Amino acid sequence: MKLLVPVKRVIDYNVKARVKADQSGVDLANVKMSMNPFCEIAVEEAIRQKEKGTATEVVVVSIGPVQAQETLRTALAMGADRALLVQTDQDLEPLAVAKVLQAVIAEEGPELVLMGKQAIDGDNNATGQMLSTLLGWPQATFAFKLEIEGGKAKVTREVDGGLQTLEVTLPAVVTADLRLNEPRYASLPNIMKAKKKTLDVRELASYGVDTTPRLKVLKVSEPAGRKGGIKVETAADLVDKLKTEAGVL
Amino acid sequence: MAVLVIADHDNALVRETTHKTVTAALKISPDVDILVAGQGAKGAADQAAKISGVRKVLLAESDALGQGIAEAFEALVTPLMANYDAVLTPATSQGKNLSPRIAAKLDVSQISDVIEVVDAKTFVRPIYAGNALETVQSADAKQVLTVRPTVFQPAGEGGSATVESIDAGPGAAKTEFVSQELVKSERPELSGAKIVVSGGRAMGSAEEFQRVIEPLADKLGAAIGASRAAVDAGYAPGDSQVGQTGKVVAPELYVAIGISGAIQHLAGMKDSKVIVAINKDGDAPIFQVADYGLVADYKTAIPELMDALAKIGK
Ligand SMILES: Cc1cc2nc3c(=O)[nH]c(=O)nc-3n(C[C@H](O)[C@H](O)[C@H](O)COP(=O)(O)OP(=O)(O)OC[C@H]3O[C@@H](n4cnc5c(N)ncnc54)[C@H](O)[C@@H]3O)c2cc1C
Ligand SMILES: Nc1ncnc2c1ncn2[C@@H]1O[C@H](COP(=O)(O)O)[C@@H](O)[C@H]1O
Repeated sequence: MKLLVPVKRVIDYNVKARVKADQSGVDLANVKMSMNPFCEIAVEEAIRQKEKGTATEVVVVSIGPVQAQETLRTALAMGADRALLVQTDQDLEPLAVAKVLQAVIAEEGPELVLMGKQAIDGDNNATGQMLSTLLGWPQATFAFKLEIEGGKAKVTREVDGGLQTLEVTLPAVVTADLRLNEPRYASLPNIMKAKKKTLDVRELASYGVDTTPRLKVLKVSEPAGRKGGIKVETAADLVDKLKTEAGVL
Repeated sequence: MAVLVIADHDNALVRETTHKTVTAALKISPDVDILVAGQGAKGAADQAAKISGVRKVLLAESDALGQGIAEAFEALVTPLMANYDAVLTPATSQGKNLSPRIAAKLDVSQISDVIEVVDAKTFVRPIYAGNALETVQSADAKQVLTVRPTVFQPAGEGGSATVESIDAGPGAAKTEFVSQELVKSERPELSGAKIVVSGGRAMGSAEEFQRVIEPLADKLGAAIGASRAAVDAGYAPGDSQVGQTGKVVAPELYVAIGISGAIQHLAGMKDSKVIVAINKDGDAPIFQVADYGLVADYKTAIPELMDALAKIGK
């Protein structure tokens, strides 16, 4: 069984995004970029499925600028077999990403797509659900646990109020939540090996997918800042302030 | 130009997130209908009909809808959209699960986590863990939005909409519901609570988390939240995670105990009215957003806090 894992290159999760002075967007010049943490979890899960013998091949794909090759190399160093960069400098909306992935999937023919639940730049949490819809494959989002057996995926999901378990018939789309696994670090020998693995690059245009933006960004502004308040000396002072000053008790 | 709100409910009752989403919907159009999709959901539908400003309630019932299967919601809602220009869902885990499907089916963009309706096609939403706010204008014919409930006031009661039963749609052939384990709690629900007490990695164990956080939450009538580190370590259940990728809360009072205040945590609580931080590290970033900071070991500070609360009759 072949697994496809879409991965996105995003601002590193330790970096606080800053808005550009002209409100045209977020300043990404000289900012550390990394693999979206949820995509890392998806890659890890795919590799574990291969190690368990449920998967035979793990293909990673990213849609993005030429630098996204680094992100793909990271996935290869973790243990993915092959990578594809769909190269574009356009920042695609989730619907467009889902359409491009659909075109990639038509060529690759995976039985399971494992992806992140959310990219931490746009915070959309939409691409996996959209891809599942376009493909007509079932979806299991926010995966906490994944078991593949007999042409089905049994997925325990993190939902409001607790956990839900679904069984979906493959092929399917599964999106990873934080507690699905803890991604490994790539070892130095594996980083070296990854340099020899196949990384194909194709122009976005070659897929013939309409990726025209549907949303016009009018501005990107900074949220109203919150000022730090005061330090209190004791718990009794705290209660006093909360009661008399803040009026919340 | 009519607008549909997909209700968040437990079949018996609609949650307040629905009332808040109605408020957002009314900013787009005065003609707001609510869809209550579930199983045995007449109670929730009748209650939805009382939300003021609502024109009509649609009630659809099937097992798959009751189980919250996203494909079943998409199959139900997509044809209904012939009559609506926008569909709004609260940005709960279920809303996030189903709403993008409707967008994809309609071939339109989804606008996630809307915090402000500027006009019928222009919306504001947080990106980058809330460190930037994006104002977007849609070129699509129909709008599919998820709404961050914490920022909208709940629509009031006093309406008298009609409830109309509709066909539940074809369900979901390739998805089977296996089981659900929901945490039962007498405490207020995290996302709507007036007071939230959250614990972090500092608690060190599930026992300690319960020993420290629960009595304080009980005393304050508060919901319990947690940092990702506390959830990952098994101190608190997954759905108590507050943050960029967990729940967003905006209570009157948020008390963070032994939480450092990572960007991702702040994203979920920085709109709280009053923030209290208790942390033994005076340089912890949580103090940059806290109205009242207490630099102390929680092991001594919490018993003292309990005593001080008792003194004012809590
Ligand atoms: C993709 C991604 C998504 C994430 N999403 C979220 C999210 O939604 N929500 C979230 O919370 N995090 C999230 N995180 C994790 C986040 O980056 C932090 O790692 C996490 O919030 C840290 O939790 P913490 O504050 O409990 O632990 P720590 O950062 O370890 O802080 C513990 C604090 O406790 C204090 N302390 C220790 N002992 C005591 C004591 N005895 N008394 C008082 N204080 C004490 C310490 O001084 C310290 O400040 C995410 C991370 C990633 C990569
Ligand atoms: N440009 C992209 N290239 C590859 N995968 C992507 C891209 N954008 C989004 N994804 C995938 O979709 C998931 C959810 O992203 P989003 O819907 O944008 O929050 C990510 O975790 C990725 O797995």
